[in-house]
Order: sequence, then C-alpha cells, then structure tokens
Amino acid sequence: MTAVKPQTILYGFWLSSCTWRVRAALHLKKIPYEERSVDILHEKAQLTDQYRAINPSQKVPALCIVLVRVNISSDGATLVESMAIIEYLDETRPEPPLKPPSPLQRARMQEICETVVSGIQPLQNIGLKGYFETEDKYTAFTKYWTERGLQSLEELLTKSAGTYCVGDQFTKADLCLVPQLYNAVTRHKLDLGKYRTVSQLYEKLLKEQSFEETHPKKVRNSN
Amino acid sequence: MGDKIDEKPVLYSYWRSSCSWRVRIALNLKEIPYDIKAVSLIKGGGEQHCNEYREVNPMEQVPSLVIDGHTLIESLSIMHYLEETRPQRPLMPQDCYKRAKVREICEVISSGIQPLQNLIVLIHVGEEKKKEWAQHWIMRGFRAVEKILSSVAGKYCVGDEISLADCCLIPQVFNARRFHVDLRPFPIILRIDRELENHPAFRAAHPSAQPDCPPEAAK
Repeated sequence: MTAVKPQTILYGFWLSSCTWRVRAALHLKKIPYEERSVDILHEKAQLTDQYRAINPSQKVPALCIVLVRVNISSDGATLVESMAIIEYLDETRPEPPLKPPSPLQRARMQEICETVVSGIQPLQNIGLKGYFETEDKYTAFTKYWTERGLQSLEELLTKSAGTYCVGDQFTKADLCLVPQLYNAVTRHKLDLGKYRTVSQLYEKLLKEQSFEETHPKKVRNSN
Repeated sequence: MGDKIDEKPVLYSYWRSSCSWRVRIALNLKEIPYDIKAVSLIKGGGEQHCNEYREVNPMEQVPSLVIDGHTLIESLSIMHYLEETRPQRPLMPQDCYKRAKVREICEVISSGIQPLQNLIVLIHVGEEKKKEWAQHWIMRGFRAVEKILSSVAGKYCVGDEISLADCCLIPQVFNARRFHVDLRPFPIILRIDRELENHPAFRAAHPSAQPDCPPEAAK
C-alpha cells in the first residue's frame, strides 16, 4: 500500500505580511504546500475555536508540516510564529540557505528581522483596529510606528546592505523587509523616497521570483 | 578579531527594561563576565537619546552589547549571537522541533507582548488607558504561551533544560505583575517563574540587583 504523504499546509491570509514571509520562504526552498485562507479582516476567522486549536495565539501564519526526524516515524506538527517557522525550514531544508555564514552577519540579519517583526509589525497590524476609538486614531498610531521603524531600518541597512539586506546573499532579513514595506506603501500610504537604501532594496527585491510568485495580489486572486 | 575577544563585553542596560533583562540572564547563564553601563530611559527624557549613547548605538535603544569589537542590538539577536559564539552552557536544544518551540515562545513574548506594553508605546496610548491596554496584550500573549507550554514544558519552558524561552518569560512575568495582571489562569508560567526565582543567574539579572536600581525598589 502506498503511504499517503501528508501535505504541508500554510494557514494564512493574502494581506498578512507575516504570512508572506513564510510563503516566500516555502517558495524559495521549493517546498510544495497548500495555502488555506484564514480571513482575518472581514470574517475574523482567526478567532474561531477551530482555528484556535491550530494556533492558540489566534494569529496567522501557522504551518502544519511533517517533522524531519531521524529514526523516528514522522509526525505532523503545527508551527507558529513566522520567525520560528522560517528558521525551522532553514535548519531542516538547508538549500538555499537563508542565513549568512558568520555569527556577526547573522546578528546583523536578525537585527533587521527583529526591527520589523517586533519593532514595526505588531504596532501596525490590522488586529489593533478595534482597540482605538476612531479609525483616525488607529491610522495615526500605525503610521507613526511604521515611520519610526523605517528610520531604524534605513540606519541598519545603510551599514549592512549589499545586493540584499545583508551583503550579497538573500536572507531572512529580505523575507521580513519586503512584506513590511508593502504594508508601508499600500496600507499606510507612506513615501519611501525619504529612505534611500530601503527604497532601492524594495524596488529590486520586488522583482525577485520568490516575491513575485507569492505576492499578495496573486494569492488574493487564487483564493 | 584578535585583541577584541579578550575585552570584557559591555552591556548598556536599564534596570527595569525586560529586553535588557533577557540579555543579562543569558550572559549570566553562559557565565560570560561583563560590565554594565546603565542607561536611564526616564531621566531627562531618556538618556538613550543623548549624544554619548548615540555614538554607541545610533538606534537609541537598550539593550546594546559591545562585544568582540562590535555593537549588537535587539535582545533576541544578541542572545543568538552569544549562543553561536559562546556555545558553553547551551541555551537552545539540539532537536530542530524543540528549537522551533523555544523560538515560538520567544517570539510570542518579544513581538506579541512586549512591544505593545513597553514604555514608549504606553506613553502614546495615554495615561488613562495604558493599564487596561497593557493588561490586555499581556493576557492575550500569556494565554498563547501557556498553551504552548502545556505541550512542551518540562521543568522549564521546553523540556528540562533552561533555554532562551525562559530568558524571555521571566522578565515578562515581572511586567505582568507590575500591571496587576491576574496570573492564576497561567499555572505553568507561574510554576516556571517560581522554579527560576532563586536560580543564581536569574537572581543576579533581576532589576532589583542592578546598579541603577533606585534604592526604594531594591529588595
């Protein structure tokens, strides 16, 4: 009897920058997967009991994947938090590598990642809307924190960037940067022109296949 | 790197900053001697903005760690650098899945909770609403952490070895108490916090043991 190989399932949403990071990583690593849409915008599907069973944080993305283990029968498991997911993928499917070789370069990469994932993203995500009295107050808050984050990114990238965020290798930093800048431009209507290194990188990276193929516009149309 | 390796690392830290605290714990656990230079986030609008500190870290954040001739920022990045360059007393498990679980817990705290209840964000939220706001995000994050712990915790967050997850959790529990969050719904978090309360590395890193801790706050 042929064993049915369990699929890799990505729970995400087309507008979610965190999901895009993981989607691009899966594409780069040529890992086949199925994406299941969790409508965090209109339906608030992340708040259902059904989804809570998949991800207790009630956020996207979540990745259901067969664990790579030696000498132990493979079990399916769910991983959450985009940075944890991407690092797991990088450790278990090392090609192409998403980290530079030296500890210092990795630290520079992680500084950029953390500036995005803890410095900007949580302070501008859609889920915050309901906590503000008016839409204007929400917009002002998210715009402010995105701008602050962009300033930090420009400082960091001016020192670290080559062809990519960190030298001349595509890394996790690029995976974090592009989706966040997409939000800055489309959702927060910010002008990236003030940030030379940021805007140059963004323009170039958008043309990378891993971002083109996984772009929110493409995902939205296929769901 | 040569001579720089022999220079004692310098940690720019604020006594009550949970991000600084995480790094203090990791340095202590790995038995890396270091000097502390205190940076007040409050005095004179925040010493992190002054010219002297900006020369160390133009990002005007704490913590920053000057080590091996470089200045590193972002607590998770610093901790992973320490893990890679000083592998003694490892703070990450060997197994990839367990490592993913450690990272999940770190990220839920460092991106899901801390940024939403840190000092400067609360100033923006406003005096009236800040307690309710902080409590909400801490409780939400802790519900998620407790759930993850229910499947992976042993003596500590992930199994029976102290990891970076514990370094992130303990400072967040302190913050939760500061904001009067009811912690009774989180028995595993409470148990781990109690377990590590008297661990020497955690005690030495505690805000009350810091050189810049105000006398009224010291234990």
